Amino acid sequence: MSLKITREKIKNSLVDKIEEISGQNVFDCYQCGICSSGCPVTDYMDYSPNQVMRLLQLGSVDEILNSKTIWICSTCLQCSTRCPKGIEVAQVMEALRTINLRQREGTLKPEDIKSKELKDLPPIALVSAFRKLTG
Amino acid sequence: MKLGYFPGCTLKTNAKHFEDSAMQVMELLGQPLEEMENWICCGTVFSMTTDDLMLQLASIRNLLRAENQGYDELVTLCSMCYNTLKRAKEFILNDEENLRKVNDFMYREEAKFKGTTDVVHLLSILKDRITFDEIKNKVTKPLTDLKIGAYYGCLLVRPKELAIDDFEDPTIMEELVDTLGGEGVVFPYRLECCGAYQTVTEKDVTVKRTYEIINSARNAGCEALITSCPLCAFNLDQRQKETSEEFLEFSTMPVFYFTELMAIALGLKWNKDWKKLHYINPVPLLKEKGLI
Amino acid sequence: MKKIGVFICHCGINIKDTVDVERLTIELENYPGVAYIENYMFMCSDPGQNHIQDAIRENKLDGVVVAACSPTLHESTFQAVLKESGLNEYQMEIANIREQCSWVHTDIEQATHKAKLIIKTAIEKLKLNESLYPVSAPVTKKALVIGGGISGIQAALDIADAGFEVIMVEKKPSIGGHMIQLSETFPTLDCSQCILTPKMVAINKHKNIKLYVNSEVESIDGYIGNFNVKIKQKALYVDPHKCNLCDDCTEVCPVLVPNEQEEGLSWRKAIYIPFPQAIPATYTLDLENCLGLEPIACGKCREKCTAEAINYDAADMIIEEEVGAVIIATGFDLYPVENIPEYGYGKYPDVITSLQFERILSATGPTGGEIYRPSDGKVPKEIVFVQCSGSRDPEHHLSYCSKICCMYTLKHAKLYKHKVHNGQPYIFYIDIRAGGKLYEEFVQQAVSEEGILYIRGKVAKIYKEGDKMIVVGMDTLSGKKIEIKADLVVLAMGIVPSEGSHDLVKTLKINTDDKGFLSEAHPKLRPVESLQAGFYLAGTSQGPRDIPDSVSQASGAAAKALILLSSDKIYHSPIIASVDEDLCSGCAICVGTCPYGARELNEVSKVVEVNEILCEGCGACISACPSGAAQQKNLTDDQIDNMIQIIASGK
Ligand SMILES: Cc1cc2nc3c(=O)[nH]c(=O)nc-3n(C[C@H](O)[C@H](O)[C@H](O)COP(=O)(O)OP(=O)(O)OC[C@H]3O[C@@H](n4cnc5c(N)ncnc54)[C@H](O)[C@@H]3O)c2cc1C
Ligand code: SF4
Ligand code: SF4
Ligand code: SF4
Repeated sequence: MSLKITREKIKNSLVDKIEEISGQNVFDCYQCGICSSGCPVTDYMDYSPNQVMRLLQLGSVDEILNSKTIWICSTCLQCSTRCPKGIEVAQVMEALRTINLRQREGTLKPEDIKSKELKDLPPIALVSAFRKLTG
Repeated sequence: MKLGYFPGCTLKTNAKHFEDSAMQVMELLGQPLEEMENWICCGTVFSMTTDDLMLQLASIRNLLRAENQGYDELVTLCSMCYNTLKRAKEFILNDEENLRKVNDFMYREEAKFKGTTDVVHLLSILKDRITFDEIKNKVTKPLTDLKIGAYYGCLLVRPKELAIDDFEDPTIMEELVDTLGGEGVVFPYRLECCGAYQTVTEKDVTVKRTYEIINSARNAGCEALITSCPLCAFNLDQRQKETSEEFLEFSTMPVFYFTELMAIALGLKWNKDWKKLHYINPVPLLKEKGLI
Repeated sequence: MKKIGVFICHCGINIKDTVDVERLTIELENYPGVAYIENYMFMCSDPGQNHIQDAIRENKLDGVVVAACSPTLHESTFQAVLKESGLNEYQMEIANIREQCSWVHTDIEQATHKAKLIIKTAIEKLKLNESLYPVSAPVTKKALVIGGGISGIQAALDIADAGFEVIMVEKKPSIGGHMIQLSETFPTLDCSQCILTPKMVAINKHKNIKLYVNSEVESIDGYIGNFNVKIKQKALYVDPHKCNLCDDCTEVCPVLVPNEQEEGLSWRKAIYIPFPQAIPATYTLDLENCLGLEPIACGKCREKCTAEAINYDAADMIIEEEVGAVIIATGFDLYPVENIPEYGYGKYPDVITSLQFERILSATGPTGGEIYRPSDGKVPKEIVFVQCSGSRDPEHHLSYCSKICCMYTLKHAKLYKHKVHNGQPYIFYIDIRAGGKLYEEFVQQAVSEEGILYIRGKVAKIYKEGDKMIVVGMDTLSGKKIEIKADLVVLAMGIVPSEGSHDLVKTLKINTDDKGFLSEAHPKLRPVESLQAGFYLAGTSQGPRDIPDSVSQASGAAAKALILLSSDKIYHSPIIASVDEDLCSGCAICVGTCPYGARELNEVSKVVEVNEILCEGCGACISACPSGAAQQKNLTDDQIDNMIQIIASGK
């Protein structure tokens, strides 16, 4: 399906919000792709990090807010470190998660963790996962 | 002045051997660590949102308490604690408005947060304060013939502003291994993420990461890995169980905290309890090399 | 009192829409000194200029104020009008009511008022203007060319062919620059050395060219048309006239060092010839690596040389030359590849730079033009090229596009394919920049017919597994992460100003941009001239460019230099500093403040004197003089006072 772009859609208020929360300008991105080639989990994402940046430039925020990508991102900061334009891509990912989490929409419900797993997992894994993935 | 020590959640449980070995090693090196009082969780992951200060409070509260307890430096063993505490501090101090708000919020604490306590990772203390030359002098049981890959993961080197060494090409851990008489092997995946907290929701992803990282180390000739992060250690060690199940040709590799190997090289006794906290049994390798 | 004409320009709507020109005309009509006033749509147009001429004639005007745009644009236009009307051109003042008024304001009331004040200050200044005449000096009809790459070579040949003498200074033992290292050149794939060596020989043979190799410029004093150059030539331990190129010396020399001409892919001795077609054709002794210039330390080469060409007692020489114009063509270097550790250069022998690959491709290179990889000499079956290595990365490396690497990489892939028919080249790129004549066609043909696969994305890392280099990249077009097991990786390094360029800039105090490339006087209209008068720029020292562009620019610089060399005299603006001998106390404070060395204390009269050719009229001495003896012509204290009074009164 084609993406209908309009003046209002590009730079819509949700994009502004993402820029505000992340402190990044999504239009700095020139699509070199190194964020995606360095990302350890690109293979498991539905949109690669550079596609996320692109969709934000096109104002297509919903698509990304509903993506798997933002939850697969493991905040390793490889993308931020490599971006030639100094964009903190990981911070953009965080902003996208945050928008969901603030609406109480996360991917991890504590009650879903199996008790066997709960016993094995170290506190550091549980707490960090709760903080990143629980709304 | 004693060095303040911030343990964090996992050092008292799954990574007890990390704490034990580090405490003993530092005692022996004449720079004992003193656990700060009244610490709480560091927050585990630094929040990268610019507009929510609440998420920085856990870190800042710890730092404030360390400040009040008179520590100029607060040492962490865990890479994640290091990263989270240090970034929270920089983030809050960088903006007077943030500093004011955070202090207003912590009105029940005895004093105001000023940011005078430095957050330092143990590896930096070893290299810059104690120096590797000094450690070398104290080695009694060199890790001869032991080929070790240093797994840095993310949090010791990213973001680059707080990297403990060159963020693209660090050598500090390899140097440490060499100091201990072993051979520090540089392997391609040493700065690649292990999957971190995805281990909870996306176990498959971490299993594949473990597979790739351990294989990369093995191909480079490593016999064991060292790390300084309990989450990396969990993914790289415990997750070798699932990795072996999924990839039949996979062969396992022991994963140590760097302080365990320091303890051995410095002539401290290998504590049998430590073995229980490893998933891949390191004893055969240590025996083979004549280290225990 | 002077009879002054005031001419207010509308500049179409540029001025008129913000400044009420009609009202201004009325309000200034009776201002003291104004004998004539009018406004017109385009003062700079032919009819506009005629208006001024007519008014001067009819009203017997002594001076003119043109209220229009910035003097950088049309000062000379209106000066010419005065000259044609028989007036001294320095009896003309521009009141800038466009850049400094209409363009920066919106309120008509306020802008009109400000324009009025600006015009009044110009009138006040003009009242005290003297008639001035350009300062002149003779021209030394000889040029200095610094740098002997293709750019320097082209510029030198053009000037020499036009009949003027040229001094060429090259840092290395031979001229040729980077072009002599190249294999074949895009887009036509002609052999680089075949097209360059005739020009190198021409430099050597030309009766008008004097070549100094192993040399650097130590200092340049003087001014446009009259420079004094000191050249330092490193000791010539091998006499070029005696050396018969027998190669006996290299056989006995015990020292091995990486061969820079081969980009470290092979070795050379401490006594060597840089490459077979070197100009001048002679062996060179490299003192830094020689075991010692005495028979006790080694002395083997001198013993062996039957031509007795080797002289260990040779010493560095300082040569002085006088020239009128200077062309800088100091070229480029590759961006330091060590700065990109994630690409593994230095760690893995099979990650090489683009220049190293040029040498591998070159018939005169270390592999005789066959493609073998450095680690084990195998023919690479899969080869990856990484574009933008170091370029377009403002966060870590170079912010700019290096302009040549897209094309040379494609050339590399093609030449590889021509030699290894069943091999597979991959090119990682971000954008393909192929905006030259025949360049796009060169790209299209490669993609459709030569089996070269372009992959759009920046490579994140390169590491070794077994005997393969694993390249991890991205294809942003398909959204897929890409991993290639390659046999050889070539990094298309970006380019930076050469080290020699940096050194020269420091000695000459010539302007550069923030990247270190030499600054042109105007990015569009004066691209081959430096802001420092008498200096011209050629080739990659001024910015990244390929050979066709370097050659065009070099010929452009030569043409500019020739304009200077073919004039008998150069003229210089007379708006310069002067000294009132009666007021000067001889304290000489001003002498130190002059950045151009134009002031000197006359020891006999104890009064400071100004060298009118050197003085650039910057005014530094004037503000430094405690006695008010130093004055700028037509910008005297009295004039400035009067102008300030207008502004301060606000009326
Ligand atoms: C890998 C590669 C492949 C290329 N392939 C092509 C191609 O196929 N086609 C094409 O058109 N272009 C190609 N180019 C570009 C081409 O090499 C340049 O455009 C050209 O060489 C520029 O010439 P230059 O004279 O400006 O600089 P240089 O060749 O760098 O020459 C500068 C000279 O100045 C000397 N020098 C420096 N400092 C001083 C000093 N202070 N005093 C005295 N001498 C000094 C240097 O020693 C050198 O001899 C390629 C470039 C590279 C890197
Ligand atoms: S690395 Fe930066 S510039 Fe490149 S695609 Fe990713 S966000 Fe865009
Ligand atoms: S921070 Fe997230 S998006 Fe960025 S490289 Fe790491 S996993 Fe990928
Ligand atoms: S010329 Fe091509 S390869 Fe070179 S910097 Fe520009 S875009 Fe990158």
